[in-house]
Amino acid sequence: MAQPLTFVLSVPETPEDHGPEPSPYDESEVHDSFYQLIQEQSQWVAEEGLELQQREPGPPETPGSGHQTLLGPEDPLVHSTATLRILASMPSRTIGRSRGAIISQYYNRTVRLRRRVSRPELRGVGRSARPSLRLYDLELDPVALEEEEKRFLLVKELQGLPVAQRDHVLRGMPLGLAEKRSLREESRTLTRKRRGRRGRRGLLPCCGRLRDACVLVGATCLGGARAARRGPRAQASPLPPLPPQALHSLGLGLLSGLHALMPWRYALKRIGGQFGSSVLSYFLFLKTLLAFNALLLLPLLAFLVGVQAAFPPPASPGAVPAFTGLELLTGAGRFTHTVMYYGYYSNTTLNQPCVPPLDGGQCSREADGLPYNMPLAYLFTVGVAFFITCITLVYSMSHSFGESYRVGSTAGVHAVTVFCSWDHKVTQKRASRVQHDNIRTHLKELLAEWQLRQVPRSLCGRLRQVAVLGLVWLLCLGTALGCTVAVYAFSELMIKSPVSTEQEGALLALPTVVCVLNLGAPYLYRCLAALERHDSPVLEVYVAICRNLILKMVILGILCYHWLGRRVGVLKEQCWENFVGQELYRLMVLDFIFVLLDTLFGELVWRLISEKKLKREKPEFDIAGNVLELIYGQTLTWLGVLFSPLLPAIQIIKLLCLFYIKKTSLMANCQAPRRPWLASHMSTVFVSLLCFPSFLGAAVFLCYAVWQVRPSSTCGPFRTLDTMYEAGKVWVRRLEQAGPSVSWVPWIHRYLVENTFPVYLVSALLLAVIYLNIQVVKGQRRVMYLLKEQISNEGEDKIFLINKLHSVYERKERRAGRTQEAEQLAGDLDTW
Amino acid sequence: MGGSGSRLSKELLAEYQVRGTPVPGEFARGPALASGVPGRAAGRVRPPGGPLNPSRFAFQELTFLTKQEILLAHKRFCELLPQEHRSVEESLQIRVSLEQILSLPELKANPFKERICRVFSTSPARDSLSFEDFLDLLSVFSDTATPDIKSHYAFRIFDFDDDGTLNREDLSQLVNCLTGQGEDTRLSASEMKQLIDNILEESDIDRDGTINLSEFQHVISRSPDFASSFKIVL
Repeated sequence: MAQPLTFVLSVPETPEDHGPEPSPYDESEVHDSFYQLIQEQSQWVAEEGLELQQREPGPPETPGSGHQTLLGPEDPLVHSTATLRILASMPSRTIGRSRGAIISQYYNRTVRLRRRVSRPELRGVGRSARPSLRLYDLELDPVALEEEEKRFLLVKELQGLPVAQRDHVLRGMPLGLAEKRSLREESRTLTRKRRGRRGRRGLLPCCGRLRDACVLVGATCLGGARAARRGPRAQASPLPPLPPQALHSLGLGLLSGLHALMPWRYALKRIGGQFGSSVLSYFLFLKTLLAFNALLLLPLLAFLVGVQAAFPPPASPGAVPAFTGLELLTGAGRFTHTVMYYGYYSNTTLNQPCVPPLDGGQCSREADGLPYNMPLAYLFTVGVAFFITCITLVYSMSHSFGESYRVGSTAGVHAVTVFCSWDHKVTQKRASRVQHDNIRTHLKELLAEWQLRQVPRSLCGRLRQVAVLGLVWLLCLGTALGCTVAVYAFSELMIKSPVSTEQEGALLALPTVVCVLNLGAPYLYRCLAALERHDSPVLEVYVAICRNLILKMVILGILCYHWLGRRVGVLKEQCWENFVGQELYRLMVLDFIFVLLDTLFGELVWRLISEKKLKREKPEFDIAGNVLELIYGQTLTWLGVLFSPLLPAIQIIKLLCLFYIKKTSLMANCQAPRRPWLASHMSTVFVSLLCFPSFLGAAVFLCYAVWQVRPSSTCGPFRTLDTMYEAGKVWVRRLEQAGPSVSWVPWIHRYLVENTFPVYLVSALLLAVIYLNIQVVKGQRRVMYLLKEQISNEGEDKIFLINKLHSVYERKERRAGRTQEAEQLAGDLDTW
Repeated sequence: MGGSGSRLSKELLAEYQVRGTPVPGEFARGPALASGVPGRAAGRVRPPGGPLNPSRFAFQELTFLTKQEILLAHKRFCELLPQEHRSVEESLQIRVSLEQILSLPELKANPFKERICRVFSTSPARDSLSFEDFLDLLSVFSDTATPDIKSHYAFRIFDFDDDGTLNREDLSQLVNCLTGQGEDTRLSASEMKQLIDNILEESDIDRDGTINLSEFQHVISRSPDFASSFKIVL
């Protein structure tokens, strides 16, 4: 403002006198227009003879002196009804309530969309779309005229948008369907008129009509098929020709039937309805893993297994062992020389008549068609499948990080709990009661915690807590170390006393030991965790996950060392790749069996015991533990893909069984966890765990196997080579000989793959990008901080204005009262 | 609104008659169940739960639902209607009373069920839902709805007195809904006061003693779980 004037506003009661609209001529001068409005306001007031006090600019009244005590969350002031009405018609409040305000807000948004400017101009907007001082006297819903005006503007804006965007904008509007439809139709008819004038007539409705017609025709066909299927079953007499409408009905009925076929939709709905989002997250994670495995399996099936099955290698000289049934557990015996394992794949170029060794190259290249080089295919297919998995994994991880972590978000745990904790998916009375209880306990805990935080804990108590924590961690790490040593010792023992082919069952010894340790240690951890008391339940879950993860990763690490470091040397004449593949198969199958046992004893029997004997409630479903089991199984799959390309298929079967078993057990034996569970944070954590130790570990293991370990010389596609990676090198060398037409491949190989410089360059670039991103986020944080400050300033302004308003009304009422009194007095005098 | 609505329906009528497909129901705010079967539709009553007219596909463009979901919704909606009113034309106009909607298993256990229905109802008394309102409800609670629109409607559901802002009474009512309405399950008065003070402290950015829509959306944006829990699967 130009002058340090203080205005005291007074407000007329009658809405009729509005005068000409003051048009602020530029958006940048909003404050001036505000000032203008105030002035104008005061003029009317003066004209109407109401109160206006323009104080002299002498000693300016300090605006911040009195208002803070007047209104605050602690002592809400009781305002007069007139003030309340004005407050209720403030734009920030009408937007949550009235249709007109929503329309005007979305008008502003579409304007922004169209013009690509940061703020809409105020000039064209209807009066009530901006914080106008003259809205004070409106009813709760804005006047119909104004709404019509805004509507018209919105429709005009919508026309400017392309159709797809228009539908998108309309869909996101919080309006009723009828409203949306009429907006759409209006904007569409206007567009059509305009189009007609331009001569491009009716392109859009034509498209829509075509599409609708297609839908109907499709539905009719489906309906026809279904009628044909129903025919013989329903009645023997020939059906009377169905009227087209009935066909439609049948077809669309079938469509809705298809919807019910969506995998596990109903099951997931039931789980969500009974146990809430937290348990549901386990099953959704399982579904994600299924998708990952399918993604991994498809290229393997198409380019390795299928091709090799179509061109089977010459049968091995030994007799094929008979199927005994033990193979299902051990994966050895009958299964050894099948497409399941690495050893079966040939090291030749398929679909070529002669069978030369790979680097011999005696075969004429123009024998027939495109040669299919199996070693290359093996290497590339596994590599590409892994790469696809990696990309999907990183994408889903970044997506889920983007959803669950917001920049600059501060802790607001009470508000978030109250606003976001009700799970609307819950459909059962009992589950809803449980949810009530959980939320109540959680709120009480939060309040107690909040009060505790005001009084810090004593030094002694803290020391004791640290001591207990250290002790428990020490015990846990010691257990993990003990398990590792046990596995190592046992594996050495297995190497020293080799198993003869007759005693296949003995092969199961090592996997059984591993599985027992994997099953037992988490229970021990759980007992130990009962000793320590963590401040927050979330921290407790994280700690449990961390310990179990350490155990599993250490055991797997020692197994990997056992396979690649020891077994390769020991199994000189045999196919070590087959052995590793079988070992992983056994681990996987036994893991599945132990999960079943765990489900049976840990959930079913424990439920029976705790219900019958201990008179306690059902056990809780241990989400973290179960998810870790899934991650462990997935790691096994990834480790084994190179040695047994069909392992993902077995994992898929395992996951499918697991889904139904876990679901049944859950429904029968478990109850939802009583702790609050941040489902989406947890899914983020799970996906990152899947990516970081699990996938990365498997990738490192496989890279080591491909680049460093010498493949066995008796079997597999790489039997003549020093390392598996040699296959690629041999191919490049051969391309170099083949001629100049494909010379770019060797060039790429020489300069990009074998040279180390590009690796450094790429990592440097990556680091630079990360650094830039960090800086950008820092900048955004700063802007956020500034904006927050501005908001709080404006809030104070608002309070100030409200208080002024209130005082004006009070004074007016007092005056009105006084004049009334005076009139009364005068009347009394008259009667006297 | 009424004027434009009837004009619209006439246009639609003409368009669909040209196509030779069945006439969709009138889209004006329909009369309540008791008053309303127009004679025009009586001639072509089709089997209950039966075929759908092409206006459905406009539904698909204006809601976040897939066609299958819309069909399923229509089926479920028809099941709420009495047998003789289940033709498509009628089911598009008829309003179902609040009690019937609340008897849906998906809403039965929800402590906010009445608020949800009131927010989505377009009838003047806010006590009945038409099929379109029902679709609106499902669309907002669907998987694909944007967090923006979800939080908008969550705000309106929590705004018990419909005044466009969450004040202390709204908040205490909300907390009571969350913890259960019974005397023994409620928080004590001091706990409630403490809780509401904390909530306002955390989320009332402009310090006016109430939480308005943008403040509410600001809080919601911090909780990624909101979008996953604010869902109703039919």
